[in-house]
Amino acid sequence: MRNRSVAVTTGMVIVVASVWLAVTTVAGQAPGYRAPRTKDGKPNLNGVWQAVNEANWDIEGHSAAPGPLWQLGAQFSVPPGLGIVEGGPIPYKPEALQKKKANYADRAKLDPELKCYLPGVPRAMYMPYPFQIVQSTEYVMMAFEFAGAVRTVYMKKQQAPADSWMGWSNGHWEGETLVIDTTDFNDLSWFDRAGNFHSDKLHVVERISAASPDHLNYEATIEDPNVFTRPWKISMPLYRRLEKNAQILEYKCVEFAEDFIYGHLRKVPLVK
Amino acid sequence: MHSRVLTTSVGITALAAALAVVLAQAPAGAQAANAAAKPAAAKPAPATTQSAPAAKKWTLPRTPEGVPDLQGYWTNNSYTPLERPDGVNKEFYTLPELRAVEKKNAEREEEQTTPGTIADVHYDFTQFGLDRSQTRMADNLRTSVITNPENGKLPPVTPEGKKRAADRAEARKKQGAQYDQVQNIPIGSRCVYMNGAPPMMPPAYNPAYQIIQSPGYVTILTEMLHETRVVPTDGRPHAPATVRSWLGDSKGHWEGDTLVIETTNFNDKSAFRGASENMKVTERFTRTSDDAIRYEFTVDDPSTWERAWTGEMPFVKINGPIFEHACNEGNYGILNTLAGARKEDKRAAEEAARRQARSEEQ
Repeated sequence: MRNRSVAVTTGMVIVVASVWLAVTTVAGQAPGYRAPRTKDGKPNLNGVWQAVNEANWDIEGHSAAPGPLWQLGAQFSVPPGLGIVEGGPIPYKPEALQKKKANYADRAKLDPELKCYLPGVPRAMYMPYPFQIVQSTEYVMMAFEFAGAVRTVYMKKQQAPADSWMGWSNGHWEGETLVIDTTDFNDLSWFDRAGNFHSDKLHVVERISAASPDHLNYEATIEDPNVFTRPWKISMPLYRRLEKNAQILEYKCVEFAEDFIYGHLRKVPLVK
Repeated sequence: MHSRVLTTSVGITALAAALAVVLAQAPAGAQAANAAAKPAAAKPAPATTQSAPAAKKWTLPRTPEGVPDLQGYWTNNSYTPLERPDGVNKEFYTLPELRAVEKKNAEREEEQTTPGTIADVHYDFTQFGLDRSQTRMADNLRTSVITNPENGKLPPVTPEGKKRAADRAEARKKQGAQYDQVQNIPIGSRCVYMNGAPPMMPPAYNPAYQIIQSPGYVTILTEMLHETRVVPTDGRPHAPATVRSWLGDSKGHWEGDTLVIETTNFNDKSAFRGASENMKVTERFTRTSDDAIRYEFTVDDPSTWERAWTGEMPFVKINGPIFEHACNEGNYGILNTLAGARKEDKRAAEEAARRQARSEEQ
């Protein structure tokens, strides 16, 4: 009897400790929430999800501001946001901070979003459009509404065949958490409309877990020795789109961006 | 080398046997003439029809949810035309005939690599694997993709369809010359749309697809333009009729072991072979072996064709992964051709001004 109670007590301590660890390592996760399982026993993250924040304007905290075009009035001014970067400003190297500032100054010309370019990672995760997680045993696919972008997460590790906009994602499960390690990016995508950027040495490690039936906790560690002095983190919830028959719709924005990209080469110029 | 030769000849023998079965059945029209001619090395050629008596018994794989497992990397790479060529009066080729057709087409594509030609400057097809013959072929003995009408040709176009085609041509003409503005350049060159909508016809290059399945969904990723169709299979209705798109709205269900996807809600721009936005495409995916899916489709658009028409082709397995086809992101072709056209305009204007000046001097 005595032995058993020691074992029970020890067990409880371990349980409490691991719950505490879970709570402190994954910010905001409801303690002990266990996601429904897929038939192969993994947490079921399938669904249509969307961030509800202002990170696409600026991943750092920012005030409300006028938009880039006075003609659009209040429709496209900048909404204020608390930011998704944890623990203070993004740790840019001095020369990289200069580039960020130059990007910001010229953002109305340079942001790849203007041209409907693939958004890269992590930006795809918090653009103001839904995306769908499609989870099979060997692959977790993410289909994004914006630009019809797509990521395939290889649950059996594979080498990247080439650098790309969306990077190369290998994934694995750590208990309740889908951990995605993404490398082999090109250096062309931005993190937001404020000119935050990276090089082709970007390395993103994302941790995604269900915190309730209808929201996920998302966090990502961002590392890029060419641009930042140390790794830094972003975190935010992702919410399930609860509309009946929610689905990803087609947002082929290339067509909408063509006069932005090629308008200066029209035979008959656009009205200024 | 030795073992590869052996495997190949075993494969060819098995294939010949399978084809013999297929051909014997073909006139009855009950079975697809799907032939997988290049089985993966070290594996015997899989049977391509379930009824092939010589084949080892094959069990349809299923997902953890119990529906047929269609997952994997696939291709429908083929030279088989949608419509039966003029002068061909049979439904099926023999294998040697098919090989001859493939060879002829491959040679035609390779002409684009002839040094000193404009085509060669555009793309080195051979170097970048852009000619179809460098990828695995999804061999199809049919002389046309169209199976119905039986003559392998599209049904007659309705008066409304003809008027629409004329109206579209007229509207296009009003937009000016091809390089006057980006909007006049063909939609595929602009990386907006490359036939990613059903029916899934083989593209000129990058004929690669990945199917993955999750509970209640089948997702089809197309390499060209990373088009992704996430198709629910729970019988839910189509999106509201006001929501139109290039790829349309795909909703699926299972009929026995066949995945049926019905697609509607097209915009009036993707216009498959002159179709209207009211086109409805019904696709049927049936896994017929480890190596093959039979793909059938019916196109129904009474405002364009006098009756619905049906086609069929095989998908066969290829190795992954699918590469990221970032097309718009690297579209120097549009920039350069438009810039060239404006430079040409400027040169022509200067030349005209000089001529004017000369004639005034005299």
